[in-house]
Order: sequence, then structure tokens, then C-alpha cells
Amino acid sequence: MVEHGDIRVVHCGGSKINFRDPVITHDSRFLLCASGEAVKVFSTSTEECIHELRGHTGLVTGVLLRPSNHLQVYSSSLDGTLRLWDFTDGILIKTCVIGYPIYSFYASAKHENVIFIVASMPSDKRAERFQLVAVHLPQSGDQMVEAQELSAVLSGVNPNPAAIAFGRGGEFIASVNDLQLEVYFFKKQKSFRFFLKEDNKKGGWNTFTCVACHPKDDCIATGHEDGKIRLWRNFNHKKEYTYSTLHWHHSAVSSLCFTPEGTNLLSGGVESVLIQWRYNQESEQDFLPRLGGAITHITVSPDGSLFCTSHSDNKITIIQSCVKVSAVIQGLVKGDSIRTDLMMDPRSKALVLNGKPGHLQFYSLQRDKLLYNLDIVQQEYIHESGLQQFEVVKAALDASDSWLATVEERHQKAAELELNLKLWAFDEQTQSFVLNTTISAPHDAQITAMCFCQPADSQTTLLVSTSKDGHFKAWQLAAPAHTEDEGPSWLCDFVSAYHGLVPECCSFSADGSLLAVAFQEVVTVWSPSTWELLTTLSQPPGAVSDLCFGRLSCSKYLLGTTASNLLCWNLLTCSLEWTTSMDVRRLVADPLSENMAAFCYQSGSTDLFVFKPSEPRPLFSHKAVCSGKVTQAVFAPREEMLESCEESSQWLNRSQLYFLTQQMDLMTFTTKAEEDRLLASSKQTSLLLLFFPFFSQLLQTPAHVLPSTSYLCSMFVQSLLISVSDAREEKAHAEEEMESEKEEEDSEEEMESSRSKPELAAAAATESDTPALTKAQARELRRVRKLDHSWLAGLLDS
Amino acid sequence: MASFKPTKIQVYPKLGEKVTQDTLYWKNYKAPVQIKEFGAVTSIDFSPVTPHNFAVTAFTRIHIYGPFSQEPVKSFTRFKDTAYCGRFRSDGQLLVAGCEDSVVRLFDVSGKVALRLFKGHTKAVHLTDFTSDRYQILTGSDDYTCRLWDIPNATELTTYTEHADYIRCGVTSKLNRDLFITGSYDHTVKLFDARVEKSVITMDHGQPVESVLLYPSEGLLVSAGGRHVKVWDLLKGGQPLVSLKNHHKTVTSLALSSNGQRLLSASLDRHVKVYNTTNYKVVHNFDYAASILSLGLAPDDASIVVGMTNSILSIKHRKNQEDSKEIAGQQRRRPSYRVFVKGKNYVPKQDDYLVSKPVKEHLAKYDKQLRRFNVSKALDTALGTYIRFRKPEITVAVIKELDRRGTLMNALAGRDERGLSQLLNFIIGNLVDARFTPVLVTAAEMILDIYQSVIGQSPVVDRQLLRLQDLVKREIEFQKDLLEVLGMLDTMFASSLPRKEVPCSGIGRSNGLTQGEPSTSKPQLQVT
Repeated sequence: MVEHGDIRVVHCGGSKINFRDPVITHDSRFLLCASGEAVKVFSTSTEECIHELRGHTGLVTGVLLRPSNHLQVYSSSLDGTLRLWDFTDGILIKTCVIGYPIYSFYASAKHENVIFIVASMPSDKRAERFQLVAVHLPQSGDQMVEAQELSAVLSGVNPNPAAIAFGRGGEFIASVNDLQLEVYFFKKQKSFRFFLKEDNKKGGWNTFTCVACHPKDDCIATGHEDGKIRLWRNFNHKKEYTYSTLHWHHSAVSSLCFTPEGTNLLSGGVESVLIQWRYNQESEQDFLPRLGGAITHITVSPDGSLFCTSHSDNKITIIQSCVKVSAVIQGLVKGDSIRTDLMMDPRSKALVLNGKPGHLQFYSLQRDKLLYNLDIVQQEYIHESGLQQFEVVKAALDASDSWLATVEERHQKAAELELNLKLWAFDEQTQSFVLNTTISAPHDAQITAMCFCQPADSQTTLLVSTSKDGHFKAWQLAAPAHTEDEGPSWLCDFVSAYHGLVPECCSFSADGSLLAVAFQEVVTVWSPSTWELLTTLSQPPGAVSDLCFGRLSCSKYLLGTTASNLLCWNLLTCSLEWTTSMDVRRLVADPLSENMAAFCYQSGSTDLFVFKPSEPRPLFSHKAVCSGKVTQAVFAPREEMLESCEESSQWLNRSQLYFLTQQMDLMTFTTKAEEDRLLASSKQTSLLLLFFPFFSQLLQTPAHVLPSTSYLCSMFVQSLLISVSDAREEKAHAEEEMESEKEEEDSEEEMESSRSKPELAAAAATESDTPALTKAQARELRRVRKLDHSWLAGLLDS
Repeated sequence: MASFKPTKIQVYPKLGEKVTQDTLYWKNYKAPVQIKEFGAVTSIDFSPVTPHNFAVTAFTRIHIYGPFSQEPVKSFTRFKDTAYCGRFRSDGQLLVAGCEDSVVRLFDVSGKVALRLFKGHTKAVHLTDFTSDRYQILTGSDDYTCRLWDIPNATELTTYTEHADYIRCGVTSKLNRDLFITGSYDHTVKLFDARVEKSVITMDHGQPVESVLLYPSEGLLVSAGGRHVKVWDLLKGGQPLVSLKNHHKTVTSLALSSNGQRLLSASLDRHVKVYNTTNYKVVHNFDYAASILSLGLAPDDASIVVGMTNSILSIKHRKNQEDSKEIAGQQRRRPSYRVFVKGKNYVPKQDDYLVSKPVKEHLAKYDKQLRRFNVSKALDTALGTYIRFRKPEITVAVIKELDRRGTLMNALAGRDERGLSQLLNFIIGNLVDARFTPVLVTAAEMILDIYQSVIGQSPVVDRQLLRLQDLVKREIEFQKDLLEVLGMLDTMFASSLPRKEVPCSGIGRSNGLTQGEPSTSKPQLQVT
């Protein structure tokens, strides 16, 4: 077993931002939302993430502005702590340990230093029982405090944060659960309960889904499962309460919100329409349709100028006073299932996978930002649960990134399967994909796999699709038959089957001269130029589920996986080279090296093996990468190569491995060297300031007394350059050193001396591991620098 | 906020022939003028000089028609028996014709009586022509001979007896006065040179030759006989160039379009086919009512004249460009172009502030109704008379969209007798169209489900439902037949394709390693 102490599995971007309702700050400049184990601070105007407030060790379950100080924010987490942050600087101010996982929490200006949390109390016999608990925050200056005074307010509440709301600035609290509305008055210490009947006459569901209270008036609005909104009044009497009903939504109301002055009520649901009801004139409504996915949360900024809606497709929309969408903050859309393979777009270095319904998303991993969505289906999406709609199920990019193939399908119960194969050409002018050909019903049954011919230099592009109807088809770009047609389009070039077996997967060799198609237990190898069946390989028992050709020096190998074995055939001898028994769920090849990564499922968790087909020992193995099965993974080429010499992490030098877990989390592997470098780069700027007085002068002098930029530019460049004489001197110095040192370090030294200065400084700092240069030392260094630059080499060797 | 995405109208590939430049050109003829002759029209010849009158040989007469007259401007009737092959001289002054009675007659176009009689053949003369020096006549006869005659003193110059069967066609060179070509029923085409005593080139056509034609350059020769049209390269000594087999009955006549780019062939199968002379592909096809015996094309393709066995002469005149212009002029009563571009072609100056105006997107009526979820109304709109008959793909697309939204049932329900019969009419009309079947079958099933309770209340609807039932029954029968044919074809292909051995030695070896069960069946290539 290879040691893997310095390689870690880390989460990589794409966390959920629609988990809890976001918060807009008082000045409407920032938007805060819970995102995994952190709180993210976005700018409402530029959509950029400004800070990430990290510190929680569990899922963050709520964000709330501190009522007494609007520059501070509370956050709660399942790790049982409340934390207070300064969001403008991103500093943790205080941590309050509660001790129980917090599911949601509330605060009101009337109740100073009291936070109401929803937690499941272990004293209860039933685990699923939640309580609303008032927590008195201890007044102490310590960073870490423990809350002692807990008092239960209500029991049997809904952990959903939308189910509890404060009314009239904190005079009462309204909580809904199932078919019951409970209102608790703090002054009288009395609660009223109102029940609805189980079932209406018309068959609607009366179950409460959310609640909102009017800020000035005695009015509670509740949303229901059947799409009705009830406005409750007179609820401080047991019997004489009244309610009126508003009905527009056709399915459950998921969020309700009053504007700060109470003039409007906002509601949203699955329909993805934001409705603004006028308070007391409920017949008048304003609509804002087609916002995207289903609305999950609605919030209003404290001054009422901005609305903000969270959507099920991991999106936050910022709306200016219910008329105009001003900003969209979009996260990685993971939905319920990623049905396409993970792919890398070579041009934008973006991860490509299916996103919101009918779209393909391009997600930049470097910037952790969604680049754009490509509309594949091009149909109006109907927001209705239980409706079968077209979904993108397969996608493939060709090696030169000029073609994209997508498959969309719609399964209807009674009717037959609807399939469309679409081919998209990259348009240089608009820098996006443009639909070239639509093939409706390319196969009679579901398409199981699809791949493009690999070589980038070949004239004709070839696409092969395999289907459950037992055929595989080759598609080729053909010139138009008649001159009047606009351009070339894709046509079927070849259809074939093998003994009526169902093809499961296909793969092209790296040079495109061979095509392997797996028909259950048999792997057939074809020549794409003549469409001749060259040979068949088989290794019963078990159907081949994944096929992969070796690359570069291992291109003579063909790897296949069955439910119990990993097989490797040698194509020169047409014989089995080796086999090993493991349940490989996913096999991916690194496009830049011979390495292959195999994800094996074993007793509830997934193991990773990285190997070369030509060598029997794996390069790297990692037990229990994650729980559950891994079915999607991809190697992403790095921007710049790592220079790791350790054997176990060399496979990560050229590309990075990303994979999706069963919980749809995007994970990756990092090495220690990579993390160190990230740290070093952050140190670099400060070191620059330290070593180059020019920079500090530049930054300290007020802008209006600085000379012109053109004058400064030449000075700046001068300060960065190493003069010729210096370099020579340095070399001489290095040679001197070399004599005393061992001979083998020669090349290393030369490489170092030819590097540019700032990097050297950084390297020096990281190598010596003692960054604490005293000021006197720095001054000394600065003086030496003016004379010659050989000090660097000296520092290196010291 | 995304905008509403309109219903996607599926673009179906156009059925039928593609519209090409040739189709447009050859379709640009008026409705044919039909003239009844006295017998089968065996020959049509255009005068080389304007106004390009043409001589039509039918039964015992030769009629000369003007370019636009429907009545003959002149007729020659002094034949004792059936006349053959009336041909103009290159100056358009003289006309020669053969006859069943073996006498060749020479007429002045303005006269009535024959100027000269050439006697010497013993059987019917089917071929007559002037040589390019205008003083000699070539004749070919059923007595297997062809002869050259001197016009001024009506004497026979030479006799060639090389053919072994009837000589039915021939042509003289327009460039050389001594060269001529004859085609005979002995399957040969021979090129003669009057300066030597015998034929220079002999080409074997393979079938009795019915017609020969020389290209204007006279480098290529076209011969027609049997179902074949063959092109020969004379400069390479009569080497066959192409053989065309596009007719399914004997080809009787050939013509070249005026610019030499297109070749026309007429056949007994009642078709005239137009070939491109660069790649010899059929670019257009004319249909006629009866078997065609003769074909003539006026200079500049101004008219196509076809003579048929049922003694009908059909003349198609080309549409004049002035005519089409006149029609266009009548239609143009709209506001002038300036009105539309008013202010739109204003080029902004450098300092101008551009206010971008949002482009208002236009939605079709059914899309507007779909946007408001008015499903029944959207279906009504899509079933409007114009869309239903002219653009059924729109109606089908709307039905499909409603089905996708899960509201097709609602849209179909609640219709009265008129609405329902309209809907059923549409379904009956388009159900068997393979492009629409999957969508309309779903709709038809839903209609039956919804309205089964009211069956029997309206005779109109009942009749339509019965029609629908018949239609489906017939379609199922068709499909069964088609499947049978497919099965037959499969067996034929399977027996005709050679069996291919696939090297599968690898299987045995790889299995040898693990003692697995080798697959016994030989892989078989199945290409469809």
C-alpha cells in the first residue's frame, strides 16, 4: 500500500446557497446566505462573493442580522453553536455554545439578548420532537461563551424556519405545524391554538407550510399545501377569530413575506412566480413570472427596496421593487441527479454537466462560478410537480471542442419514449454553441453511451451512439446535398448490431483508429474507417459496463470493467493481459498521461485506485474516499504543472481528479505541496512590500502627489529587473558555492538563479521556514540589495 | 427573468422532388397547345431561320406551323403514301421529305408542288437531310442503303450498302459537307465520309437505333435505341462515353437545348427527360398523355413541340418575361420602400446618445394563449382553417406541446358537435402521415376516452368515428404487408451477402487463461 499522508480529499465549490433564506443588510449593499459550513457575503450589485465567514463545523442553518447592531450578524449551525460576525470585515466576534444542534433561530428587537432557537431536545422520548427555546445570551467579553439559561417556549414545533414568525415587532410569536396554528403572547404568557380540518370538501390539503406576520397590524398570513393563503385576524380570542382566503397558487405556497411597512404581501411557490398582494386590497396583484426554479424563500431588505428570492436550482435572484431582476447569484446546480457524465470543456476549462431542467451548465472550477447555461431543450418549462419534461441525459464534447452532442429524453407513462439527439457547433463570433442538427428519434430506445472520435487533427468528426435497441450508430458531418441548404449537417453513416445484444458502452482509441463497443459480455473492436469487425474479446461472466483505451505508451491496452472484475486486454495479441477482482463503478483515463483512476465500491464506501495499465502495482490508492457509490468522475488538466517529486502524488501533477459522490457533492484531491503553494502566494505580496521599498512608497504616498503613471512605470519595471552584470555575478557566486557543495545540485542551482526575483523571495521565505525577519535585518537587506543581488543565493544556501 | 419560449414547430424534411434551377427553368412553360393531326406525328423539324417555323410530318402530310399560330401556315399534301422526315435546308428555303413509296420529294417552302423527285430507293425512305454545302441530299431507306443525291440535276451520286437492316435515322455534319452519320436497325451507327467509298467509324449501339444527334461542336454523338441513350466520343474514334438508361421503353427522339447544356430524350413511355450534359444526370422530367414519337425544341428553348402516337401535337411555349412583369406590376400597390425605412436608416453621429429599445418579440396567437394557460383556446386557434389545411405541422406541434404540459385532455374536452367533427376531420386527414402519427394517435385515444359516453347522439360524429376505424384498420394492413416485404428483403440480403470470418483467435487464448466457456457462435456482420 502506498502511503498517502499528504493527499487529502476536499470539497470543491458548488455548495448550496438556497438552503436557508438569505439576509440583506440595512444599507442593501450585501447579501448574506448560509452555504454549507460557511456564510457567504455577496455584493448585491456585482454578484461577487466578498467574504466567506468560516468557522462552523456543521451545516449552517440560519443567518440573522443582530437587531441591536446592524453591522453584525448571527449564524447558527448544527454543530450547536451560535456565532456573531462582523460581516464587513469578515471577522468572528463571539461564539456561543448551546450544546444542541440548532435547526433554525429567531431574534427580535423587543427581546434584547434573547435568541429563540429550534432544537430537538434529548429529554423528549420521541427523537423527532422539536422545541422552541429562548436562550439568554451571557453578557461577557469572552470570545467563547456558554449559554446556560435555556427556557422552553413552545414544544412540538416545525423545524422549518418558515413555520415560525414574530408578530408586531415581537409581541407574539406564531408557529404552524401540520394542521395547527399556535400564537403565543409574551406579555400574557398565553397561547392560542387554531385547528383546521384534515380535508376540505374540494379535496385540498389544509396543511400549513409557512407563516408570516404583519409588522404593524394584528394579522397573520399562512400558506397552505393546496396553494391557498389565509389571512388570520382577531386571533387573541379563542372563538371569534376570522380568516380570509387568497387563492392564486396551484400548488403549495413555499414562502410568504410582508414588506417592512406592511403594505404588500409577497408569496411564491413551485410556479416560480413572485406575487405581490396589496394589503387590504387583495384583489390587486402584481406578478413577476419565469424567475427560474421553484421559489423556496423570499426576503425583503429592511428598507423595502430590494426583494430577494431563493430558488430550487441553487440560485438567488435580487429584484428591485418587484419589477426588475437586478442581479442573479447562481451556484452550481446539482438538482437530484446528474445524468450526464462530468466533462471538461477544453476551451473554457469549465466543468460541463446538466444543470437546471433542460440546460447544460458550464461551471468554472477555478473561480467557483457558473459561467453560463446552455439551453438544450429550448422549450417553455412548466412548473408543475409530477409532470414529465424533457431532460438532458447524455452529452459529449469532441476533443477540439468544436462540437457538442446532447441527448434529451422524455419518458411518459403511456406513450413511448421521446428522444432527441442534438449537435451543436461552436460559434467563434458569439463564443457559444449554436444548434446545428436535431435528430428526433435517433434510436428506438434509450441511448446508453455516446462518444466522439478523439483525434483533434482529423478532417471528419465521428460520433458513435449506442442504444438499448441493440444497435449502435455512427454519425458523420456531411456536406449538404443541395447547394441551397445553409451548411453541413449530421447524417447517419453506419448502423450495426451484434447478435441482438444490447450495447452498453463504447470508446474510441486515442488515435481514433479503433472503436470498441461492449455488447454485454462481448467487446467488439471495429475499424471506423472501413466499418469492419476486427475482433471480439470476451471474459465471462458479467456484462462489461465501462470501457477505456490506454493512452500514450499504454495505447495497446483496452480496459473494461464488469460487476466483479477489472480486465485489461492487450490489443496486439488480442489476449487478456491481467485481471483483478474488484467492483469498479467508474473508470476514467487521464488525457495527459497513462494514468487511469478506478473507483471501486466495497461494502458501503468507495475506494480509489490510480494505476498504469502496464504496471501491476497501483500508483496510488485511497481507501474509503467517500461513502456510497461514485459514478461520475473526470480528470481536469491543470493550468500549470505541479512539480511534486513524491511518488504517490506524481499522478496529480498534470491534472486534477474531480468526482461526484452519491450525495451529489463535488470532491477533489489536493496535495500538501499545493496547499503550501497557496499559502506562499498569499505571503508573496507582503514580502514584496517588505523587500521593495518602492512598493511601500508607492502605496503610502497619497495619489494626488504622485508623479505621472508613465514616469512611474519605467521606475517600476526597473525595480523588478535583474541587471545583466548582477546575473553574471550571481552565477559566479553559485559556481563558488557549487565547489563546496555536491556536484549533483548543479542543475537545480542554475534553474533557481534564472528565475525572476519575486518568486525567489517567496521560495526563500518558504524554504527557510522562519519568515520573522526583524526590521533591522530587513533594513540591512535593503541596503545590501542596493549594492548587489548575490545576497539571494547566500540566503538560499544559509 | 427569462422570456416565454414559443412552441417549437418541428421542421420536417420536404417530401417530393427538390426545387432546383432546372426545375424552375423547365417549369416556366405555358399550358400546352394541343393540335390534332391526321396520323401519328413522326417528325418535327424547326427552320433554322427566323421566325423559326416548324415542319410536322404526320401521315401523308407535312404541315408547317408558325411560332404562335395554331393553324398550319402551309401544308404539303402531295404524297401518295405516308410521308417521313420533313427537313428544312439551312437557309430555310427548301424542304425535303421521304415517303413510304420510296420517292424522295423536294419542296420550295413557298410553293406547293414538289420541285424535284428523287427516285432510286426500292423501299420506304425514313431518313432525308441536306448536306452542309446545301447542294446535296442524304437519304436512308428500308432497302438497307443510304444515298447521296445532287439537287440541281436530281441524280444519284453515291450509294452505301454497308448497313444490314433498315436505316431509320441519320444526321449530316453542319461543319463538313462530306460527313454524315446514319443509324440503323442492325444496331450500328456509322460515320461516312463522301470522299471515300465506305464508312469511317462504326459504333455498336446494341439495340436498333432510333435516333442520332450531333453536338454543335460535332465532337460528341448521341444515339438512341431501345431503352438506352448512348454518348460517343467521335474524336477518339467512336469510343463510348456514357450509357444512359432512364426510360423504360424505347427512346424515339433526341434534342439538345439551345445552349448545349441540356439533352432531351423522348420515349414511348410517355416521358421526356432532360439531362445535364456535364454529369448526364436527369434534372427534369415531362409527362405526356401518349407515347412520344418525335420531339422538337425551338431555338432558345422558346417552345417544346412533341408529337405522339395518338396523332396529337403538343406545343408548349415559354412564358414571356414581360408577362410575369405585368402581373408583378399589378400586385405592386403597396406603400413605397421609403415609408418603411423612414428614420430607420439614420446613422447616429459621434456624440449622439443611443437609447437602446428592447426588441419586442412577436408571439403567434396560440403561443400567447399558451402563455396564459388558455389551453382550449390555443387548440382552437391551431385548428383554424388556414393553419389546419396549409400548415398541419403547426397544429400537430400545438397538440404535442399541450400533451407535454399534461393538459391535452382538458383542451380536447368540452367541445360541441361542430368542434368535435372539425377535430376528427383533422385527425382523419393526418393520422397516417408518418410524421404526425405518434402525436395524433395519443390525441385520438384521448378523444375516444372523453367522448365515449356521447357516441350515438350525433350522426356526423358517428360517421367520422367509423371512418377513423376504417382508416386505422387499413393502415394496420399496410404495415403488416410492409413488414412482410421487409422480411423477404432481409432473407435476400442475408443470402446474397458473403459470410465474413471474424478473427476471434483472441477469444480462445484469453479464455484459455481462465478456463472460461468460449463463445461458440461465429459473429456475423449485420448491416442495415
